[in-house]
Amino acid sequence: MDVFSDPANLQLYIDGFLMILKLTGASTLLALVLGLLLAACRVSPVPVLRAFGAGWVHLFRNTPLTLVILFCFFGLYSAVGVEFSDDLHINNYWLAVTGLSAYTAAFVCEAIRSGINTVPLGQAEAARALGLTFTQNLRLIILPQAMRSVVAPLGSIVIALTKNATIAGVIGVPEASNSMKTLIEARGDQTIAIFAVFALTFVALLVPVGYGFSALANRLMVRR
Amino acid sequence: MSHEPLIVLDAVNKWFGDLHVLRDVSLTVDRGEVVVVIGPSGSGKSTLCRAVNRLETINSGTIRFDGKELPAEGRSLAKLRSEVGMVFQSFNLFAHMSILDNVMLGPVKVRGESKAVARERALALLDRVGIANQADKLPVQLSGGQQQRVAIARALAMQPKAMLFDEPTSALDPEMVGEVLEVMTSLAKEGMTMIVVTHEMGFARAAADRVAFMADGQLVEQAPPAEFFGNPKSERARDFLSKVLQH
Ligand SMILES: Nc1ncnc2c1ncn2[C@@H]1O[C@H](COP(=O)(O)OP(=O)(O)OP(=O)(O)O)[C@@H](O)[C@H]1O
Ligand SMILES: [Mg+2]
Repeated sequence: MDVFSDPANLQLYIDGFLMILKLTGASTLLALVLGLLLAACRVSPVPVLRAFGAGWVHLFRNTPLTLVILFCFFGLYSAVGVEFSDDLHINNYWLAVTGLSAYTAAFVCEAIRSGINTVPLGQAEAARALGLTFTQNLRLIILPQAMRSVVAPLGSIVIALTKNATIAGVIGVPEASNSMKTLIEARGDQTIAIFAVFALTFVALLVPVGYGFSALANRLMVRR
Repeated sequence: MSHEPLIVLDAVNKWFGDLHVLRDVSLTVDRGEVVVVIGPSGSGKSTLCRAVNRLETINSGTIRFDGKELPAEGRSLAKLRSEVGMVFQSFNLFAHMSILDNVMLGPVKVRGESKAVARERALALLDRVGIANQADKLPVQLSGGQQQRVAIARALAMQPKAMLFDEPTSALDPEMVGEVLEVMTSLAKEGMTMIVVTHEMGFARAAADRVAFMADGQLVEQAPPAEFFGNPKSERARDFLSKVLQH
C-alpha cells in the first residue's frame, strides 16, 4: 500500500473523490429541481407539458449515460458552442454536471411520479373541489404525501448518481476513476490494492447514504 | 320558498367511452332547496353530482350555477368550485394534515383569509359538528362518522352557496350513519341548497324538498318525497322502491 505514502499520489486520490462529491452535489440539486418540474409536467392537465415530460424521460432513461456525457462535450460544447467557462477544466465540469443532471432528472421524475400515484385520487379531488389550483394542489396536498414514498427510491438514485459521476472521466474531468487509472498505470505492481482502496472508498461513502435515506423514509411513513 | 334557480342542468349528456351515463338530464335546484337523488347502482347519480362542480366534464348540454355557465378550467373554475361544497363517500380528508388544518386550508389558501379568522370559524364549525375536542388529531385517528363530519365542516368553511353530497353515509358503520345524517338534516333546515345522492330513504323523507329518481342515466321522475314514496309514477321507480323498502 505504499502507493499512497507518496503525497502526490495521496493528493490524486483525494482530489478524485472531492471531484466526485462536487459532481454529485451539483447534479443532485439540479436533478431534483428538474425532476420535480418534469413530474409536474407529466401530471399536468396541459397535453403539451405532459408530452414534453414523457419525451424527456423516454429519451434520457433509455440512452446510455456515456453517450449523454459525450454528447455534452462533442455536441453541446464542440458543435453547438455552449461554453460555461474559459477554463477548460471548469467548462468540462459543468458540461458533465449538465449531462448527469439531465440524465438523473428522468429517474427523479419517475420516482416522484410513482410517488404521486400512491396518493389516493380522492385527495386531489377533494382539493380541487375546495377550489385549489393545480399548482396549489400539487404543492400542498399531493407532493407532501407523495414525498414520503419518494424518499427511499431517491436514495437509490443519489447512490447511482454518485457512481455515475465517474463517467465524467470520459470527457477529461479529473474524478476518482481517472485518478485510479493514473495510479494503476504508475504502479502496476499494486493494481489490486489500488482497486480495493477506490472501491471501498465508494462503499464507505455510499453505505451511510443508503441508511440515511431509509431512516428518513421510515420517519416520514404516511399514516392512513 | 322563493323559486330562484341556483343550479340548472339543461339536456346534459355524458359518455364514458361508449357508455351513455347521463341522457338528456335536466334538473333545476332552487336556492335553499334540498334535492335527494336516488336510483339503482350505476344509474349515473355520482356522475350527475360530480358534473355540477365539473369534477366530471359533460359532452353536451349546459350546467349553470348561480346564473353563469360552469367555467371550463383555470382560476374561474377553481372559484366556482370554492362556492360549491362537496362531500365524498370516502371522506377524503387530507391525510397529512390535522383536522383543524383540513378545515382551515380552503379559507386560507383559496380565499386568502387570515389564519386567525379562518381558525376561529374552523373551530366554530368543528364545534357545530361535534368534533371540536379532536381538532389537533390526524384524520386517521378519527372514526368514519367523525371524519365525515369533519369533511362537512371543511366544505362549510368555504361558506358555499350549495353543497353536494355523494353517498356520504355509504362507507360508514351503521351506528355512525345517524350522527352524519343529523348534521345534514340541520343544514337542510337552515336553508342550505343541497344535492344529496343517498340510499337513506329516511333522510329523503325527512329532509328533502324533492326526490329525483334516476335510472340508466335518465332522470325518470321527480316529486316531493311524500308524493314520490306514496305514489311513484314510473314503473322503474315502483320497482326500485319495492326492492329498497322491503327491508
Ligand atoms: N371514470 C369512469 N370511467 C368509465 N366509466 C365510469 C366512470 N365513472 C363511472 N363510470 C360508469 O358510469 C356509470 C354511472 O356511474 P355512476 O358512478 O354515476 O353511478 P351511480 O349511480 O353513482 O352508482 P352507485 O350507486 O354504484 O354509486 C356506471 O356504469 C359506471 O361504471
Ligand atoms: Mg355513486
